Amino acid sequence: MYEKTYPYLFWIPLLPLIGAAVNLLVGRKLSRRAVHVIGCGTVGLACLVVLAAFWSHLYPLWKAAHHAGGEAAPALTQTVWDWIVAGDVSIKLGLWFDPLTAVMTFAVTFVGFLIHVYSTGYMSHDRDYARFFGYLNLFTGAMLMLVMGDNLVVLFVGWEGVGVCSYLLIGFWYDKDGTEKAGDANATAGKKAFIVNRIGDFSFILGMFVLFFFTGTLNINDLSHNVDKLMLTWDAFGLGTVTVAGTAAILLLMGATGKSAQVPLYVWLPDAMAGPTPVSALIHAATMVTAGVYMVARLNFVYMLSPTAMGVVALVGAFTALFAATIGFAQNDIKKVLAYSTISQLGYMFLAVGVGAYAAGIFHLFTHAFFKACLFLCAGSVIHAMSGKQDIQGMGGLRKLMPHTHWTFLFSTLAISGIPLFSGFFSKDEILWKAIAQGNPAWPAWFPTLLYVLGMLGAFCTAFYMFRLYYLTFSGESRADAETQKHIHESPASMTAPLIVLAVGAAVLGFVGLPGVIAHGEYNFFHHWLAPVVERGAAITAGQAAVGGANAMAHNSGLEWGLMAFSVVVALIAWLAMARKLYLGGYSAQVERLVAKMPRLHRLVFNKYYVDEIYGVLVVHPLKWLARLLSDAFDKFLIDFVIVNGAARIVDISGTILRSLQNGNIQRYALYLVAGVAVIVFHFAGPRVEIQVKPGPQVQVGETVDFEARVPGDTTNHQFQWDFDGDGKWDTTWQSHPNARFSFDKKQHYRVKVRVRDTRYNRVEIGAASLEVR
Amino acid sequence: MIPITHFLGLAAVLFGLGLIGVLLRRNVLIVLMSVELMLNAANLTLITFARAHGQSHGQGFAFFVMALAAAEAAVGLAIVVAVFRSRRTVHVDEINLMKK
Repeated sequence: MYEKTYPYLFWIPLLPLIGAAVNLLVGRKLSRRAVHVIGCGTVGLACLVVLAAFWSHLYPLWKAAHHAGGEAAPALTQTVWDWIVAGDVSIKLGLWFDPLTAVMTFAVTFVGFLIHVYSTGYMSHDRDYARFFGYLNLFTGAMLMLVMGDNLVVLFVGWEGVGVCSYLLIGFWYDKDGTEKAGDANATAGKKAFIVNRIGDFSFILGMFVLFFFTGTLNINDLSHNVDKLMLTWDAFGLGTVTVAGTAAILLLMGATGKSAQVPLYVWLPDAMAGPTPVSALIHAATMVTAGVYMVARLNFVYMLSPTAMGVVALVGAFTALFAATIGFAQNDIKKVLAYSTISQLGYMFLAVGVGAYAAGIFHLFTHAFFKACLFLCAGSVIHAMSGKQDIQGMGGLRKLMPHTHWTFLFSTLAISGIPLFSGFFSKDEILWKAIAQGNPAWPAWFPTLLYVLGMLGAFCTAFYMFRLYYLTFSGESRADAETQKHIHESPASMTAPLIVLAVGAAVLGFVGLPGVIAHGEYNFFHHWLAPVVERGAAITAGQAAVGGANAMAHNSGLEWGLMAFSVVVALIAWLAMARKLYLGGYSAQVERLVAKMPRLHRLVFNKYYVDEIYGVLVVHPLKWLARLLSDAFDKFLIDFVIVNGAARIVDISGTILRSLQNGNIQRYALYLVAGVAVIVFHFAGPRVEIQVKPGPQVQVGETVDFEARVPGDTTNHQFQWDFDGDGKWDTTWQSHPNARFSFDKKQHYRVKVRVRDTRYNRVEIGAASLEVR
Repeated sequence: MIPITHFLGLAAVLFGLGLIGVLLRRNVLIVLMSVELMLNAANLTLITFARAHGQSHGQGFAFFVMALAAAEAAVGLAIVVAVFRSRRTVHVDEINLMKK
């Protein structure tokens, strides 16, 4: 109804892919200028196509649908081609551009474009300039495929594509500075990210299998029309009453925890900071890691059907939000703090989509894309100025030296900490409110409160560690060595301009989604914009399961105001009463005292709860051991030694043996020839007389047996003589016909013989046959 | 009448002598002569059977063998001469380039 084909959609993912192809294939031969014009230009153009599609087609459609008040989702579609057609299965390369996709594509292309521009400054001295931009473009293209695919297969292609790019970019400096050790660490970080993601992806694939097995389609729209099939249970297979939707939701969630760095698969993201900083900003903060959130929001109807899965999503999110935030307390690497912050913020998004507040989750995703990209890019700017050093213990005092970086960082910190009127305040507060006000009847009553408490504690921690980071980096006097201090400078305009744009976004974007408590949500434009997509799930799943929705508290505006004020107070306490007191102007004496008071706790947090070590013992080492075993026993021994080299050795040995035969002596060859002829003659010149026995080789005592001697050719000149009982004496005289008759009187085994004489040559041949008498 | 087995026995002996000559003698000329001996042993067998069967096929065949033997001797001797010219020997042990 409100769907329309839009023939230019394919340009959105294709443009960056073209840029990637050019930069990766011929980039080495192009000038740096050409490389970054292509790199930035293709993403910028894609952004323009997104805006054009939004403004000229999607927005009017949305408005029409909105006024009609219906639940029909406005969308632009395009089927690029039939991709896989096999029997009943038809998977199209179909693109889908609805309000949710519009938000995602805008965030990807716009923030992506700014980060591309920033990279022109940040990477300007790098040897592999074209390779870097090629990967960035490839990533952007894959991410756009992910968010635009109208079926899970296309989505999965993008899903894997961004994973590959992530691997390539984390290990981008695999030979950093020619020092192999640093390069090795980078390559290892890349591998870790890839492998941890693969574990999640495996689960994701299983989830797709489950969906396909029961519904026969992976098209998201078709899936949403198969609610009855999604509500089937595994009962038919004797596997309990878990629904298909629940199983698929949990399996897909496992995939999402890998891609979006949630507990338990978050461990790759902090290590991923080994990549260049723009990569951290683009991939590990603003876009790729949000894929899991996007996927849950996109498949909201699947999740809506399973309150348990929703609960798991929400709990994973809330727990991650707090867990990662506490680790941020004790990290000293500027990028590591931001990495744990990202994990924590993604936790909030999962919390939001887990309680069914999809619009709130996507809203936070959107604002987070801006302020987290800005924070990372500021960190990059700082690292650039500090000659590559990332340890905040050696920073400080950058406020005066890097004014632009300073105030953009401050804006983003205010946003992420939830200080009112900055974007993060609106989006995070909406999540916290929904966490407590929007539950699921199937959940226990205390569950929303638990989610809220976890989220609130996380928010407190966020404000604390972010201001700690801010003060240690920018306030007071520099703690760097003299040599480094001499080189501190503000970054070039190509780097500060994107910072400023992002910081402005971080400051004002919250106003597109004012809280619902103001004028009954009239001004929560973001919510209205996404409503056709995310409320469809509620509509189509209504009556199927205990579907979530607003609970009794939802309409208590006093409570909402109160909680909002509470979260502001919490953020301010963390900022002013704690972070400012402890870290303004550098480490205060109190910090040391606090650490000295609880050394164990500090060590535990400093070492990130030893999660990497635990995984190492439980998973990595057993896996490596198994891999080594398989490699030694199977690959090296069976394949390499027995089969591959074994085959070669057999040829080698038989060659050595046979070589001695071919010694060049012609008379030796003649001898082989004679020997061969002798063998053939011997073989064919055997007895040529056969005896045919009637009735058969087994006869009764006293039974009359007929024998016939058979020789080739005519028997005119032949004579026959028989020995029936095998005693060596011939029992008959020479007779001229081949037939004979005899009856046996003993039960035993006989060997009957006949000899045939050719009277012309006087040649005699003997034939024999076995006979069993019983 | 001489029994057929005598002819065959003689042929067998001639063939065996030829074979031994081919396998053991080192002089190429002798080897070629031994080949002639084997061919003629075969001829003798052919003629013997032709007579025993009272048919002329075997005798016709023997003529072909003689023609072939003559051709073979001509070519063989030509090769021997050529080899001798280049290598100054007709000793089969020393003509072993075939293993390369």
